[in-house]
Amino acid sequence: MRKLLLYLIIITTGVIFITRLFYLQIYNTSFAALSEDNAIKVIYDYPQRGAIYDRNGKLLVTNQPSYDVMVIPRELKPFDTLEFCSVLNINKELLIKQLQKARRYSPRVPSIVIPQLTKDEYAYLQEKMRKFTGFYIQKRSLRDYNTENASNVLGYIGEVNDGLIRKNPYYLSGDLIGMQGVEKVYEKELRGIKGVKRIQKDRFNRDIGPYKEGKYDTLPVNGKDLTITIDEELQRYGQELMKGKRGGIVALEPSTGEILALITAPSYEPSLLVGRKRSPNFTRLYYDTIAKPLFDRGVKGEYPPGSPFKTITALIGLQEEVVTTQESFYCNMGFRYGRNAKLGCHAHRSPLNMVPGIANSCNAYFANVYLRTINKYDTPQEGIENWRKHVESFGLGNYLGNDLSSGSKGLVPTANYYNRANRYPQYKWYATATISNAIGQGEILATPIQLANMTAAIANRGFYYTPHILKAIDGLPLKKEQFTKPKYTTIDKAHFTPVIEGLHQVYTHGTAKSLQVEGIEICGKTGTAENYTKINGKRMQLTDHSVFIAFAPKDNPKIALAVFIEHGYWGSRYAGKIASLMIEKHLRGTISRTDLQEWIFSHNLEEEYAKPYSGQPFKINK
Amino acid sequence: MAKSVVGAIDWITVLLFLLLVSFGWMNIYSASYGEETFSLLDFSKVYIKQGYWILLSIALVVLTQAIEAKFYERFAGLIYVVSLVSLLGLFVIGKNVNGATSWYAFGPVGLQPSEFAKAATALAIAKFLSDMQTNIKIVSHQLKAFLIIALPALFIVPQPDPGSALVYVAFLFPLYREGLATIYLIIGASAAVLFVITLLVSPIWIVTIVALILIGLLIKKRKNKPKYGLYIIILAVVTGFCFSVNYIFNNFFEQRHRDRFNIVLGKEVDTKGIGYNTNQSEIAIGSGGWTGKGWKEGTQTKGGFVPEQHTDYIFSTVGEEWGFLGATAIIIIFIALLVRILLLAERQKNQFSRVYGYSVVGVLFIHFAVNIGMVTGLLPTIGIPLPFFSYGGSGLWGFTLLLFIFIKLDANRVNEW
Repeated sequence: MRKLLLYLIIITTGVIFITRLFYLQIYNTSFAALSEDNAIKVIYDYPQRGAIYDRNGKLLVTNQPSYDVMVIPRELKPFDTLEFCSVLNINKELLIKQLQKARRYSPRVPSIVIPQLTKDEYAYLQEKMRKFTGFYIQKRSLRDYNTENASNVLGYIGEVNDGLIRKNPYYLSGDLIGMQGVEKVYEKELRGIKGVKRIQKDRFNRDIGPYKEGKYDTLPVNGKDLTITIDEELQRYGQELMKGKRGGIVALEPSTGEILALITAPSYEPSLLVGRKRSPNFTRLYYDTIAKPLFDRGVKGEYPPGSPFKTITALIGLQEEVVTTQESFYCNMGFRYGRNAKLGCHAHRSPLNMVPGIANSCNAYFANVYLRTINKYDTPQEGIENWRKHVESFGLGNYLGNDLSSGSKGLVPTANYYNRANRYPQYKWYATATISNAIGQGEILATPIQLANMTAAIANRGFYYTPHILKAIDGLPLKKEQFTKPKYTTIDKAHFTPVIEGLHQVYTHGTAKSLQVEGIEICGKTGTAENYTKINGKRMQLTDHSVFIAFAPKDNPKIALAVFIEHGYWGSRYAGKIASLMIEKHLRGTISRTDLQEWIFSHNLEEEYAKPYSGQPFKINK
Repeated sequence: MAKSVVGAIDWITVLLFLLLVSFGWMNIYSASYGEETFSLLDFSKVYIKQGYWILLSIALVVLTQAIEAKFYERFAGLIYVVSLVSLLGLFVIGKNVNGATSWYAFGPVGLQPSEFAKAATALAIAKFLSDMQTNIKIVSHQLKAFLIIALPALFIVPQPDPGSALVYVAFLFPLYREGLATIYLIIGASAAVLFVITLLVSPIWIVTIVALILIGLLIKKRKNKPKYGLYIIILAVVTGFCFSVNYIFNNFFEQRHRDRFNIVLGKEVDTKGIGYNTNQSEIAIGSGGWTGKGWKEGTQTKGGFVPEQHTDYIFSTVGEEWGFLGATAIIIIFIALLVRILLLAERQKNQFSRVYGYSVVGVLFIHFAVNIGMVTGLLPTIGIPLPFFSYGGSGLWGFTLLLFIFIKLDANRVNEW
C-alpha cells in the first residue's frame, strides 16, 4: 500500500491535468475566438494629484495640465524624422536615443519620447501628430505653485526612474512621483490610483470595444487633498528675514507638535522644479556646493547647540539632585578644572545661582552642575550614560520619527564614544574631558528641528509631541498615535519652573534684553557656537554660529522655535533678533519694531561666507 | 574495485531529461525571441543565456557521474549545512531582484541557493533515515526529520519566496514510504481540505457539520464503548483550526494572496484585473486547439500577453503552439519520468538511495503539479518553475543535480551486494 500511494497520486494528477487541457483546448471554444489575434490596448486614465493647503486653508499647490509625447515601438511605421523633429523642436540624436530606449524597455508598452509639453506647444502639435503612427499624446498634470516659499517642505515631483518601475509595478515609464518633501512622504495619498481600460483590437488593429466587457477595467481614484501644518505667512516672513544669510528656522506649536514654519536658507522657488525646466534648474542647484540650496538646514544641518543646551544641563542637575536652585557658584572669567585647563566666561557679577546663571549664561555655573551630574556615579562611563538617557529623552540624537522626507540624527556622545576617543582602557578619562558638553559645545550636535523640539518640551514643562508636517487628509484631522501621543522627558515637571524663569530673565535682564516685545512674555536663550571646518584639507575655525531658542508666551505657549544663523557671531546679533520678530509675527500678525526688522532686512552675511573661499588670510568674529 | 557503472546508467531517465530540456529551450526561444538577428554572443536574450546554462548543466551531469557514489552519502550532512549557510548568507549579501532577496550576484550572473537546497535537503533526509539508529516510528526521530525539512523552508520564506518553501512538503513522501504513520498524511490532507472549505463557507457551518457527523458516528458505534474523549478532542481541534484559519487568512495574509485564493475559489469577481495573468494564460492554452498554432506562431505568445511567460508560465506556450497533443505529450513525459524514478527507487537495495529517490520524485512532483495547476487555472498563483522547462539557470542546475545524483546512486547498485 505504501509503495502504491505515490504512483496513484502521480497518475491521478496526470489524468486531472489532461482532462483540464481537454476542457480548455477542445471542449470550450471561446478561448480560441478570444485569442483570434488577441491584441489588447491598455489606456491609462490619470487621476488628479491632490492639492496641498497650509494650516489656514490657503491653497499652496494645485495642478496644471501637461502633455507627453508617447510611443509604442512595435506600432511605429516609417516616418519623416526631419519633420517630426522640427515639429517637436528637438534634434535627431535625441529622437533616436529615445526610440532605442523605448524599444529596450518594451516594444509593446508605451514609453515617453518628449515629456511635459505646455498647453501652447500641445495645441500646435495636436494637428500634426496624426501623421505619425505609433506616437500619441498622453495628458498628465504637473504641479502649479501658489507660493514662492516652502520648497524644502513641499518637495517636488519628477519622472519615476527605471529602478522604481521595476520594483513597483504601479508606476510606468513617464509617470510622475513625489521625489522630496511632502510630495514624497505622502505620495500614496496624493497620487490617487490611475484607472485602466483594456480595449480589444481585431486583427486589423481596429478597436472593437472593451476587453471582456470591461471586466478588468478600473476607474481612476483622485488623489487626496492634504492640509499641512505650515503657516504660509510665517514661513514667507521667515524666508524674507533669512535673505542673505545661511541657516535654518524651525517653529513648532508646543501643544501639538505641528511645524509652523520650517525655513532653510538659501532656498529656491518651488516653481523652478516643474516640468521641462526642472532638469537644468535642478542641476544648477545641485552643483552649488558652497551655498547648498537643496540642503535643508532646518532638518539636516547638524550644529553644536551652544548655550541653549545649558537649560538641559540645569534640568538634569535638578533631576539628579546634585544642585538646588539656591546654590551659587563663583565665576572668575571662567572655570578652572585643571592646572592649565580653563573654560572661559565673560564678565558678569558673581557668584550666581540658577536663575541668573541661565539669564547671564555663566559657563562656570553650568560646568559645576555638569561635573556634579557626571561624578555622581562611580565611573565617568556610568555618569555619561545616565546623562545621555536624560538628553535623549528630549528627542536629541535621533531622527524624531517625524514625517519629513529627510533629516539627520545629530549626535549625543555615548560612554563608548569617549572610551574610543581616549583609547580606554589603556588610558583613563575623567568627567572633565567631556566638560564642553555642559555648555553644548563639545561633541554634541543637534539639528534646528531637534532644538525647536527641545524648546517645545521645555515650554510644555516636560513633554513634547513628535514634530510633524501633516495636519489633515481630505479635511480629516490626523489621527496617527505617533503624532497625537505626548512623549515624556525624564525630568519632573516641578524642575521646569526655575529654568523657565531663567529663560524669561534672559529677556528681562539677560543676554537678550534688547529684544523684548512689548506685552509678550518671551522665554529664550542665546547661543554662540564655535565651529570649525575643513577647507582644502586644513582645519580652521570660522566665525561663530549665532543660535537662539525661544518660546512664547511664557504660560500656555503658542510657539517654540530654534534659529540657527551660520557664522552670525553671537546669539542676539542675528538669531535672537530673527526669533523675536518671528514670535511677534506669529502672535500679533504685525510687527511693531520696524527698525529692528529693517536692520535684519538690510544686513547680510555674504561677505562672511565668502571669506574662507577668498584665498586671502581673514579674521573671524569681527 | 568498483565496476564501471557507465553501462548501468538508466538511459531511459536520461532520455526523458534530454527531451524535457530541449523541448523547454524551444519554447523559451519562442516566448522570448524578437526581431533581432540570431547571435550566439547576444547575452541580453534569455534563450541564448538558457542555451549556455543547458550546455553547462551537461558538465554538471558529467561531474555528478564522475564522483564516487559513496561521496554523496558520506558528505550529505556537510552538503546540507553548507546549503543552509548559503541560504542564511542571503540575508547579508543577497541581491534583491523583483522584491525578493533570493540571489547571489556574480557579475551579470545570479545564483539562487534555494534551488540547490532541495538536493541538499534530499541528501540529508536520506542520510538521516538510512541511519541504523533512526526509527521513523519514534516521535523524537520524526521531529528530527521534520526539523531537517523545515529549516531550509524557514530560511526561504522570509526572502520572501513562500512558493519555493512550499516545495518542502514534498519530503513527506519519503517519510511516508519509510514508515511514517498514515495518520500524518490523513491529518495533513484533512487540514488542506478544511482550509479550503473554511475559506468558502463560514467556520460555524463547518463545525456544526463536523459535530453532526461525529454524533452520527457515536450513535452508530454506541454498543462498542466509544472513546468519548477522542471525539471531543477531534471536535475541539477542528473548531480551533477553522477559526484560526479564518483569522490568519484575514489578518496575516496580504491582500494579493487573499485575492488569488478568492478568485480561484470563485468567491470574488475579479474586477481589478488581478486574475489577468491566469486569464491570459488560459486564453493562450485554450486557443491552441488539437494541434496548436505551430512553433513560433503563437499570437498570444508573440504579443507578450502572458506575463512571465518564459519562466513560470512557459507551459502556456506549449499549450498554444503545440496544442492539446503537444501539451498532453509533455504531461505524459513528466508522468513517465516520475514513475520511472519511483520504479528505480524501489529497486534500490540501499536505503539511502531509496529515500533519496523518493525525495527526487516528491520535489519534481510538487513543482510539476503546482506549476501546471497554476498555469491551467486550477490552483492560485504560486510562482514556482516547471522543472527542466522554465527559464532560469539556478533552477535548471538544481534539478539537474537532484536528478543525476540519483542516477549515479542507481548506477552504483551494481557494486552493492
